[in-house]
Amino acid sequence: MTVMQAPTYRRAEYHSFDAGGSDFVYLVSAGAIFEIDADVRAVFDRLDGQELTHAMLVRELVSEGRAQEEADGLVRELRQARLIHLGHGMPVAEVPQAPPADFPLQALVLNVTNQCNLACTYCYEFGADKIATPAGKPKYMTLDTAKASVDLLIAEAVGRKAVHITFFGGETLMNFKLLRDVVEYANAATAAAGKAITYSLTTNATLLTPEIVTFLSDNRVGVTVSMDGPPELQDKHRVYKNGKGSYAVIEPRLRTLIAHHKTRAITARVTLTEGVTDVVRIFRHLKDDLGFHEVGFAPVTTGEERAYSLDGNGMDSVLAQFNLLAEEWLEYALRGESHGFTNVSETISELISGVNKSHPCGAGLGLMGVSPSGDLSPCHRFTDADTHSMGHVSSGIDRAKQGEFLAKGHVEAKYDCQSCWARPLCAGGCHHEAFVRYGDTGHANLHYCDWIRQWTDTCLRIYGVLSVRNPGFLERFAERKGLS
Amino acid sequence: MKHLRAINKKAQRIDEAVTQMEAAVSPDADMEEDVVALQQAPRPHVPMGCSLSFSPGWEVDAGGGTAGLCQPVERDIYDCYVTCFWPVQVPDHVNYSPDWASNCATATKDWRSLDLVFP
Repeated sequence: MTVMQAPTYRRAEYHSFDAGGSDFVYLVSAGAIFEIDADVRAVFDRLDGQELTHAMLVRELVSEGRAQEEADGLVRELRQARLIHLGHGMPVAEVPQAPPADFPLQALVLNVTNQCNLACTYCYEFGADKIATPAGKPKYMTLDTAKASVDLLIAEAVGRKAVHITFFGGETLMNFKLLRDVVEYANAATAAAGKAITYSLTTNATLLTPEIVTFLSDNRVGVTVSMDGPPELQDKHRVYKNGKGSYAVIEPRLRTLIAHHKTRAITARVTLTEGVTDVVRIFRHLKDDLGFHEVGFAPVTTGEERAYSLDGNGMDSVLAQFNLLAEEWLEYALRGESHGFTNVSETISELISGVNKSHPCGAGLGLMGVSPSGDLSPCHRFTDADTHSMGHVSSGIDRAKQGEFLAKGHVEAKYDCQSCWARPLCAGGCHHEAFVRYGDTGHANLHYCDWIRQWTDTCLRIYGVLSVRNPGFLERFAERKGLS
Repeated sequence: MKHLRAINKKAQRIDEAVTQMEAAVSPDADMEEDVVALQQAPRPHVPMGCSLSFSPGWEVDAGGGTAGLCQPVERDIYDCYVTCFWPVQVPDHVNYSPDWASNCATATKDWRSLDLVFP
């Protein structure tokens, strides 16, 4: 015989933080952020480590001087917003739904060549942890392959008003002629299909010329430059095959780029390695001395420990400096100014929307990579890796392989993520990093969990302060990023 | 909402949903949830494993599934026949299937003679 017990309240899964003199909660099941008042705090404190029936909870709230009606209203509000749950046992976890199988393609990353004129020691495409198997495959993409890619993108972007092409390498500008032809073809093809198109490219900047810069500016091609900072840091790993550093070559070219490319923001993307962890100094150099609009940082991807891997101490130092720049970002934002530290801007964008990701990124979903030979892959980082191919531009997307990749990469499939409050934003982290580190694209990137949680908390606090002291900045930021 | 201030888009969506719920539900609605069947934790509550008295019931195997039960899962309805307060899904011994268990004098021996009912 079953004994019927009265159901009890328990707290939902949330991360609480204070900022700007107020209390906030980040609701994990939704990715929602609420500022809470003292009454809500009182309910949460009551339910800390214990469960209470409705009658008991309300009685306690009333004993603190609240009217019965007020206490009932408070509990009802929290229940409706799902910050507390009534019932027996934990509610079944609310998992973000997988996107539909026919999720339309939005972007392609065209690896216009797998050749590079630099030999950066940490390169994921050519270095010790490479997964690409380019032997016997074309080194440069042909115009036919590129056209087939554009056609595939248009055909698979069902219902989308705009599509995007990123040009990537190797060194992208070693095949600039193709890039120019593709832009011409894609402009005409998308116009005929009634879609808009935007472009971006990533380059090491060694081959930039004034003519190329003019072309990029005229065609509103967003430019990301891979570089690591001032001369002694840039030249540590970003070298030519003979070991010569690349700073002296790119510096005048960058100045031309930044001075004359006026239509899109110019971004620097820094790879942090052992000995290249001076985040603040790198930021100052790239932002203030060279004039980049945005600067973003990411630790190098490595499998086992490499000479250039960042160790725990390196990561601690990096995070401490990230926090310094994050404080600066907030000071700028409070004055209504843009700071340029991409790592904060990106997270703030996601917090504005309240993303609750089923997958860490759009790889294999709205975005795919195309190798010079026309093989499709989840993203540019899997280019030319046979084990990760996902169809071909001529024959279309291999739906079975895509389904397998996405099933593995779903946050629900990552056991370790289920107890982490940062999973709506992280969803287990980069598929490629997971493969290099653990041999499985569906493995959670456990080596940076603490770091992700600390960073998410830092950005939540920035968000909280802004929501209290300069909410207008967040609104303008959302508009600028196309989020509103 | 009175105590929560939504500060991102997802929270605003929840705010809108709560406002709609408030409009739909009268404030006096009972906040104590009704007692429902199988409500013991974890819900839905299903008794585990075999018991000493042979009473094929709402059983699951040690893994929480039905693959390892000591008898076919189809026979579970026997326990609901006559004795159960949950009559809808089982043979109706009053009106339509009064003889359903007439060939099953001893459940431990005769359970194979229980047949499915096709209404």
